Amino acid sequence: MASENGEKLDLSFNAAPDPKPRKEWVLLSLRVISFLATSSATLVMALNKQTKNLVVATIGTTPVTIPLTAKFNHTPAFIFFVIVNAIASVYNLVVIAVDILGPQYDYKGLRLGLIAILDVMIMALAATGDGAATFMAELGRNGNSHARWEKICDKFEAYCNRGGAALVASFIGIILLLVVTVMSITKLLKLNRI
Amino acid sequence: MAKIRRVCHLLLRFLAFAATLSAVVVMATSHERASFFTVSVEAKYTNAPAFKYFVIVYSVVTVYGFLVLFLPAQSLLWRLVVALDLVFTMLLVSSFSAAVAIAQVGKKGNSYAAWLPICDSVPKYCDRVTGALIAGFVAVIIYIILLLHSVHTVIDPLLLRKN
Repeated sequence: MASENGEKLDLSFNAAPDPKPRKEWVLLSLRVISFLATSSATLVMALNKQTKNLVVATIGTTPVTIPLTAKFNHTPAFIFFVIVNAIASVYNLVVIAVDILGPQYDYKGLRLGLIAILDVMIMALAATGDGAATFMAELGRNGNSHARWEKICDKFEAYCNRGGAALVASFIGIILLLVVTVMSITKLLKLNRI
Repeated sequence: MAKIRRVCHLLLRFLAFAATLSAVVVMATSHERASFFTVSVEAKYTNAPAFKYFVIVYSVVTVYGFLVLFLPAQSLLWRLVVALDLVFTMLLVSSFSAAVAIAQVGKKGNSYAAWLPICDSVPKYCDRVTGALIAGFVAVIIYIILLLHSVHTVIDPLLLRKN
């Protein structure tokens, strides 16, 4: 009887971190919000298009108007922005799925480490997309007098506003990705201290 | 073995410091005078906000890289270095991509927005900016490697250490 109790006591002290840890709801909900933000940024920017009839020249007394279009794929920076945000949303979706479906998709305990490393890299990638698109949007809004580049936002207001909204959504997504990265790295630190 | 590792690590950090420093110096000293139809214009890095952001971020990272070179090994501050590496790599990467985006418009122009390329009028300025961007690219790659190395050393995410 006493040895059984002793064994039982031993077992509870030597327990490894419990095989079914509580689900981290905060981390999961932050990832869901980040996924929504990056995917909406992708969609809003990809469907961003505005056509307007603009006066190009005047022949005699009749102004010549041609319909001009502003689309996101006129600028390589916005194409890059759409691609990077699409990658970030797909990554978020995959990690949410892996988190929900549980630890059966683990390979020798590499899951948390891989997720932390990939988080860092996808966050750096999203930062590139944001930086390029922000300065391109600023160029479109203010122009550049030194290079004689005219601003386009006074003519294509809806295009500029939608682009700005996509940028804001992408910034929210990347800040949440940063928070999620820090949380997954500290989760690893806590795990390694055991 | 540990000594070789430390020397390699310090060498990498010194290379990153040198790359960021050269990017800042080359970008900040790039200016050229050109004349546009009897008007004399000067092309400087302060003309574009993206290049100003580039210079500011790279100078901050240069100072940080210089200070980290003097951190003694086995200090507890290496945890802080991981966090700061993360933040500074993000800043580096976003400023580099912003500068590349604006430089691409300057070199190729944008026919849809009627923005003419400016590199034909100020070729030396364009070349210097290209050089600064190349140094910046090297710095970005090295900092990403350093970030992954810091995360691996301090936190060991793939659980490769056996204690």
